[in-house]
Parts: sequence; C-alpha cells; structure tokens
Amino acid sequence: MDALVYVIVVVAIIAVAGGIFLYTRRGGPEAPPRPREEVEAPSVEAPEEAVEEPAVEDAPTITEPALPPVEVVRPSLRDRLKRSRKFLSDRLADALHGAPDDETWEDVEAALIQADIGVATATRIVDDLRGVARERRITHAEEVRGLLADELVSLFEVERDRALNFAPENPTVWLVVGVNGTGKTTTIGKLSADLGNRGRTVALAAADTFRAAADEQLGVWAERTGATLVKHQPGADPGAVAFDAYKHARARNVDVLIVDTAGRLHTKTPLMDELSKVRRVIEKEGVVHEALLVIDATAGQNGLVQAKEFAEAAGVTGVVLTKLDGTAKGGIALAIEETLGIPIKLIGVGETTEDLEPFDPKTFIDALLA
Amino acid sequence: MFDTLSSRLDDIFTRLRSRGRLSEKQIDEVLREIRLALLEADVSLRVVKAFVKDVRERAERAEIHKSLTPAQQVIKLVHAALIDVLGHEAAGLEVTSTPPRVVLMAGLQGSGKTTASAKLALLLKGQGRKPLLAACDLRRPAAIRQLALLGDQAGVPVHTEEAGADAVAVAGHALKYAREEGFTDVVVDTAGRMNVDAELMAELGRVADAVQPTETLLVCDAMTGQDAVNVAEAFMEEVDVTGVVLTKLDGDARGGAALSMSYVTGRPIKFAGVGEKLSDLEPFHPDRMASRILGMGDVLTLIEKAESAFDQAEAKTMEEKLRKAEFTFEDFLSQMQALKKMGPMSQVLGMLPGMSKLPVGDARVDEQLPKIEAMIRSMTLRERNNPQLINGSRRRRIAAGSGTTVQDVNQLVKQFGQVRKMVKALSGGKRMRLPGGMKLPPGMGT
Repeated sequence: MDALVYVIVVVAIIAVAGGIFLYTRRGGPEAPPRPREEVEAPSVEAPEEAVEEPAVEDAPTITEPALPPVEVVRPSLRDRLKRSRKFLSDRLADALHGAPDDETWEDVEAALIQADIGVATATRIVDDLRGVARERRITHAEEVRGLLADELVSLFEVERDRALNFAPENPTVWLVVGVNGTGKTTTIGKLSADLGNRGRTVALAAADTFRAAADEQLGVWAERTGATLVKHQPGADPGAVAFDAYKHARARNVDVLIVDTAGRLHTKTPLMDELSKVRRVIEKEGVVHEALLVIDATAGQNGLVQAKEFAEAAGVTGVVLTKLDGTAKGGIALAIEETLGIPIKLIGVGETTEDLEPFDPKTFIDALLA
Repeated sequence: MFDTLSSRLDDIFTRLRSRGRLSEKQIDEVLREIRLALLEADVSLRVVKAFVKDVRERAERAEIHKSLTPAQQVIKLVHAALIDVLGHEAAGLEVTSTPPRVVLMAGLQGSGKTTASAKLALLLKGQGRKPLLAACDLRRPAAIRQLALLGDQAGVPVHTEEAGADAVAVAGHALKYAREEGFTDVVVDTAGRMNVDAELMAELGRVADAVQPTETLLVCDAMTGQDAVNVAEAFMEEVDVTGVVLTKLDGDARGGAALSMSYVTGRPIKFAGVGEKLSDLEPFHPDRMASRILGMGDVLTLIEKAESAFDQAEAKTMEEKLRKAEFTFEDFLSQMQALKKMGPMSQVLGMLPGMSKLPVGDARVDEQLPKIEAMIRSMTLRERNNPQLINGSRRRRIAAGSGTTVQDVNQLVKQFGQVRKMVKALSGGKRMRLPGGMKLPPGMGT
C-alpha cells in the first residue's frame, strides 16, 4: 500500500530527529523560545505617552489612571446562577423520585457526565453511591441527592485555603495564564476592580503582546479600575514587559502587579516555553505569588491536559473557572483539582466587575444540585 | 484512545466464531465501548445516545468477518456513521444572487469570532473577492480595535464606528457602505454572548434582521465539552444558523463538539481554525474529523501532504531500503528534504495517531533538523553510505565541521542505527495498527 510507504518514511525520519531532540532536552543547553510567526508586522504607531527612557530599546509605556471607574450595570447574580444550575437540578429532580433503581443511577451518571466531570469519574461516583445506598438501605431516591452532594464535596479538599496569596512586602505578583479565549483579560479587570475597592494600588502588565489590541483591552480595564498599565510595543518580548512592570511596581511601591499573558494552546511548545520565561524573568528580581490558570467552564475533557501543561510551564497555583453564568457546569475544574491537586480559587459568574467570586466547594456543589 | 478502542473491540471479537452477524450481546459490548469513546471525546451525551442507536442498527445489519479484523470493520462502520452526521464533503459558503453576500459571525465569548472573521475575510480576498469586515462587537473593550488591526494585517477594509453605537445600526451602515462601494462580501463580527443572555441573544436576532445574512456561522471552540448542544440549540432558536466554524483545532482536543454541533444544527461545519496566523483557516474535512474524534490521528492529511512532497517511486525504493536496513545517511538526507516540504515537523507529528503524547511531538524537533542536516553534510560520502565507518576521530571532525558536539554526533549515529533496526523489524513481529490496515513499528504508537 502506497500510503504505508509514506508513513514509514516519515516515521523513520521523525524518529531520528526526535531521538536527537530527546537528548538535547535532557542534557543540552536550553533552547531559546521562538517568537511567533505573524502574517506581517502590524503597523502600529508608537504609543503616545511613552516614558522617555532612551537606554532601553523597547521603552515601556506606563499609563497612569486618568478616569474614575466607569459605572457598570449589575445584573442579578442569583438569576444567572439559577440558570446555570437549573439544568442539572431538573434532571436530578426527574431522576430522584420513588425507590432508587437502575434508571435512577443511570440518570445520575448522565447528569454528571453532562456536567463535564468525565465518564470515568462519573461512573466511579455512581458506583460508590450505589454501594452506600445499598448499605444504608436507602429507599427514597430523593436521599440520593444528599449522598451525591457529600460525595462531590469530598472530591475537594474542603478545608483548603483558597484565598489569593499576597506578599508580606510589596509588590505582590500574580501571573494569569490560559488557552485562547478563556477570559484572562476580563478576569484581570475584575481582580483589579476588587483590589481597587479594597484600597490597594494595582499595576497591570500587558504581556500579551501577540493578540491584536490586547494591550488596549487591558488598558480599558486599567482605566476603569484605576490601575496603572505597563505596556510595550505590540510584538515585544512578553518577558521584557513583565520585567519592566515588576521594576515599575517595586519602584512605585504598588501593592499588586497582575501580569496578563497571551492565550496559547498548551500543545505549542515554543509558546509554553515563552510563558516559563515570563515567570523566570520576574523571579530574577521578585517572587510570583500566584500563577492563575483561567479555565472556561464550557471546556471539555481537554481542560485536564491544558491544566497539566500549564502547571508544568508556569507553576500554576490556582484555577479561575470562568463563564459559569452560562449553561456549562465546569465539571472539568473538579477533575483538575482532584487529579492535579490545583485548587479552584475563583469563579467567574458574569460580565461585571463584581462577578468574580471566591470558590467554595460546598456552595458550588449545592448550587449545582439545588 | 484509538488504540484502546481498537484493542477493547478486539477483545470482544476474540469470541466471534467465524463469520456472520454479531450477537446481540456482542453488539451491546461494542456499543458500550463506542459510547465511552465518544463521551471521552466530548461528544454531548444526548448526541451520543442518538448516534449509538444509529450505529446499533447498522451493526445489526452488518456482516462481520472474523478473518478481516472485526474490530477494524466495526470502527469503519462507526467512522462511516460519523461522516453521515458531519457531512460527506467540505461545504463552502452559499452564493447569493444579490451581492454583497453577508456572513454573520455568532458565538460564545472567547470562541474566536473576531479572529475567525479576519481569517475568513483573508480567505475570501485570496479567492479574488472584495470583502468588507464590519466591527459589530461593541461590548468587549478594544474589540473594534482588534478587528481593525487584523483587517490591516489581512489587507481588508474594516467598517468601524465609535463604541457606544448600536450593533444593529453599525451592521446596517456597513451593509449600506458595502453596497455603495461594490464589496462582494460583508463579514459581520458580533459580540460574544452567553446562550442564556436573553437580551444579547435578542440583539443578535435584530442584527440578523437588519442585514439579512446569506450565511450565519456559529463559531465554536473545538475544546467545548458537553455544553455544545445547549449552545447550538440556543443560537438556532435566535438566528438561522447555516454553518459552523470550528476554532482552535490546532490543539489536541478530540473535538467531539463538532459532532454535537452538526447533529443539533443539522448544518455543515464549513471552516476550521488551525493556527494563529490569519491564513490558518481551512475548509472543514468531515472524514478527518471523524478519525480525530475516534482518536485515529489525521492520517489522511498526512498521506495527502506526503504524496505531494515525496516522489512516489523514490519513496518506494526508500521503504525497501528501510526494510532491509540498507537505509543510509545519504538517503536520510534526501528524504529529510522532502519531509521539510510537508510543513513543520511538529505539525506532521500531530497527524500521526498517538504521536501527540510522545515527547517527540514537540515543536523543537523542528529546530533539530538544521543541526542534523549540518552533521550529515559534514560527513564524507563514504561515511554517509557506511555509517559503521564513523569512528571517534571522524566524529570529532564531523562535530567540528557542523558546529555541534561529539555527543550530538554520537546521538545521531546511535539513533540512526536504532531506527534502522526498528524499521527492519517491521517485516515481522508485533505491529501497531493504523486505520485502513496500515502498520507502524512497535513503540511508535500509543
């Protein structure tokens, strides 16, 4: 078969190249991260408020807050969460009446799978529950709800400290990472607003130098929340932005520096290396107190792989689960916490600055099953 | 995953007597495995149920021959059923008798609408059309600016209005402008919205009413999980979705959302986003997606690329040499040149089943190629044809000549010998199966 021929040849060549690579990675010098390819260099004029710093080629632009926070209309948080949990609870309500039978368990399993918890975990939970129900001679399916809630909560380390980590001495540094489109920049906006409300000074580092207008998006958030923005030219080295932002934060005694990074697929090694570098660069001078992985609640089973890769590249210390105000349940975050031991720290439940909440396992599960 | 599905199915079929129809019990077992495989690929449960029912009917009718690897036959059957849902061929954009053709982009936040809009505009421009981009995402900070910059990069004009304007009005103005200026297409980027946000969903409906789109494309992240059905249903209710754009397919998600989307909307997936460059938008290939969902790797794309890169007769000779372990550095060099034409090695690797999990599935493999090439070019012709000649002093010379270290050269020679042996083992021994009966050397899969 001709196709076979090609595959063999390709594999042979890759095997040789791959073998060399394996060696290099173990013993050789560290390969420098490769810059992203672009269609063409974006033609953007130099930022106007660039601070004069002739010694540095990529002069950072530091925009001090000018405007008061913009008034945002606040939608009903409770309503939004209700929508989110309705689906699962309806399903359970249907399942949980009369004596628990095979169908009950099948429905419970289905509900869990549809929450993106994963088939293996869902099956295991249901098997456990069946055992417990038999042992305790449970005759009402309604009682299963309580068992399920306990079982789900037990997957979390309930007593765990989920508060964001602050430095004893300024500045506190939080690095925000994730795949494309999970809501990193929006989460940073919300964090910045929250910190501002508590009277802390905030600087935002626009280390997403890749996506078009990402720095401007962050800039709008800086303006709204009264934070300082540190940015370079588009296409600049994200590590350099982070470094300058750190120096700025330290010089101005800023309380918290939040570093926004470009969304990247966890499969792209050069980009993941770039992320490691951003962290290392900050650590030359300071400490990264939190590396927050932003995960979209709509994510499926791939979320676990993402978390694993980001944990390796950026030393993730916590998960922010966003977009919980939709119909998605974000069950994958549970898998991430259980499998990788990375705590979920915050949940995003809407578009306004107030819609970022601390994560509490009990409340979360109760909301899911209520 | 494909390997597990395949081997699990194999287990079931060891009990298959000779030929004939599957027993009901066997079908049940087979379907359980298929259900599991689909769920693990993030196909929505409701879709899995309906799909498995369809497969059951097919399986009951099918004659399974033991002699012809029954597991493969069942997978083929499932593959065919998947393609029936995903569509049989790549679907393009509908044409319209009254230009401009309006393409409305809709979807959740972060699904990739703005990027997909710019990519689509570039694709249309490449087809000799004259597209206009309309920036109707007035909610996300700097979304207008993002589209403007992307439009700049793509060389496509962008219609923008100040933030604070009304999305419906902006879309209407863009269309009017396009008519006046003789644009052939208008790609309308809209704000991301939650499927449960009644107010914003209604706004989308009003934008659609205002511009009467020829195509309404639902942009969906390939990493989406079970929620895909809910999203698809909600958008279908509000606007007449005519197709789907599947984004971020360059990751390693199995992309079951594609099946959920096709099933619920009954509309074809028209485009796939496969990279960060603006040119990384491709027509969607249902057959390849079916393989991917089943975890079979994208062998078809690989073969297609290989066919255009390699000279067929030469590849055949090469394969024979490989089998007889007569493969030399000289041959390797020439094949490496051909392989380069197939694109970055990391991408080629990703198409092989199971490869994404191997450490060699790393983009830095690409960076090794020039180094390897330099080392081989520093060898004499005799050395290239007789690798066993390469002794210590020759290694030092090669290292010096190629700007590498003796360790690098050692590693290359060693690895080369191992691969020669490994490929020779192909003619006998255990092999890894690929769809269509192709085989890979052991250790290269899973």
